Amino acid sequence: MVLDNCELETTVFERPDTLTGANTHYCPGCTHGIANRLIAEVIDEMGMREKTIGVASVGCSVFIYNYLNMDFVQAPHGRAPAMATGVKRVLPDRMVFTYQGDGDLASIGMTEIVHAAARGENITVFFLNNTNYGMTGGQMAPTTMPGQKTTSSQNGRDVETQGYPIRVSEMFSKLDGASYIVRRSLHDPKNIRMAKKAIRMAFETQVRGLGFSMVELLSICPTNWGMTPKTSIQWLEERMIPYYPLGDYKVHPALAEIKL
Amino acid sequence: MPLKGRIVVNEKYCKGCELCVSSCPQEVLALANDRITAKGYHPASLVADGCTGCGICSVICPDAAITVYREKAGVSRIPA
Ligand SMILES: Cc1ncc(C[n+]2csc(CCOP(=O)(O)OP(=O)(O)O)c2C)c(N)n1
Ligand code: SF4
Ligand code: SF4
Ligand code: SF4
Ligand SMILES: [Mg+2]
Repeated sequence: MVLDNCELETTVFERPDTLTGANTHYCPGCTHGIANRLIAEVIDEMGMREKTIGVASVGCSVFIYNYLNMDFVQAPHGRAPAMATGVKRVLPDRMVFTYQGDGDLASIGMTEIVHAAARGENITVFFLNNTNYGMTGGQMAPTTMPGQKTTSSQNGRDVETQGYPIRVSEMFSKLDGASYIVRRSLHDPKNIRMAKKAIRMAFETQVRGLGFSMVELLSICPTNWGMTPKTSIQWLEERMIPYYPLGDYKVHPALAEIKL
Repeated sequence: MPLKGRIVVNEKYCKGCELCVSSCPQEVLALANDRITAKGYHPASLVADGCTGCGICSVICPDAAITVYREKAGVSRIPA
C-alpha cells in the first residue's frame, strides 16, 4: 500500500504565504531576515494581509517591501512614523506598521517617533536595534554602547565626547500615549518565539484601537560587527542584553485578557 | 521511540550562516563542504539520522530556507 505523504507526516514549518519568493539582500545570518519572517507569520495567522499597509524606512530595513507580499509605502529617512500617521488616519480600517532600524528611528527620525508615541497614534512600530548604521558601513548610532567600536568610534564609544546611548523602550514607556512597549531579542529559538508573540500583541493593540505600540528587537549585524553569525549571537547575549534588558516596559491593562 | 522527522533545505535561500547547525539539539546538521549554491555558499544539510522534526532549525534560520516535516504519531513506518 502506498500512503500519501500528508497521511504519514505533518508539516512543522514552511515559508509563510506573506513572504515573497525573493532571496533577501541581507548578509548571511543577519536577523533582519528573522524579523521579516515573524511579521509575515503573524499577518498570515491574523488573516490580515489584504488589510495591512507597511511603511518601510531607510537602512538595511528598507527592502522589506520586496520581501513581504503586501502593500507598502516607503518613507524618507526617519519619517516612517509620520507617513504611517497619515496612512492610518486616512484609512483607519487598515493595520499600519513601520519597520525601522536604530539609526533611522533613534537618530534622524527621533522627532517623528517620539511625537507619534506621545500622540498615541494608533500605529505599530517594529524597531530593529543592531547598535549601528548597518547599511552605510557600521557607523555609531544613538544605540551604540559605551566602549563599542564602530567605523566612526574607532577607539570605542567615549561617553565623555560622544554622549550616552538612548534606551528607546525605557524612554517611551514614560509617554502617556504609548500603550504597548516591549523589548525582545532574536538571538535564539526561545526568544524568537517570544518576539513573535510580542509582534502579535502589538498588532492586537492597534486592532483594538488602544494606541501606539512598539516592539524593539535586538538584532545582530555580523558584517559590521566583524564577527561570524554565531559569535554575533553570543555578543548580543553577553553584551547587549545586560545593557538593553528584555521585558515589557508598558502594557495597556486592556491587553491582559489576550492569551497567546 | 522518538518521533522521526526530516528537513528540506531550499538551496536558493540558504546562505550557509550555520545558525541552524549550532542550534540543532540532535546535532544532525552540517554545512555541505563538497558543494556550493548558486550564490556561492556551502548549504546546510542533514548529515546523520536522528532528526526529530522539532522545527528549531526553521525558527532560527534567517532566510526561511528550511521546511520541516514530522512523522505522525501512530502511523506505522513503511520501510523505504
Ligand atoms: C536623509 C538621509 N541621510 C542619510 C542617509 C544615509 N543612510 C542610509 S541608511 C542610514 C543608516 C541606517 O541605519 P539603521 O536605521 O540603524 O538601519 P540598519 O541598516 O542598521 O538596519 C543612513 C545614515 C540617507 N539615506 N538619507
Ligand atoms: S549590514 Fe548588518 S544589518 Fe545590514 S544586512 Fe548586513 S548584517 Fe544585516
Ligand atoms: S528539525 Fe530539529 S532535529 Fe531536525 S534538523 Fe531541525 S533542529 Fe535538528
Ligand atoms: S540557518 Fe538557514 S541560511 Fe543559515 S545555514 Fe541553516 S539553512 Fe542555511
Ligand atoms: Mg541599525
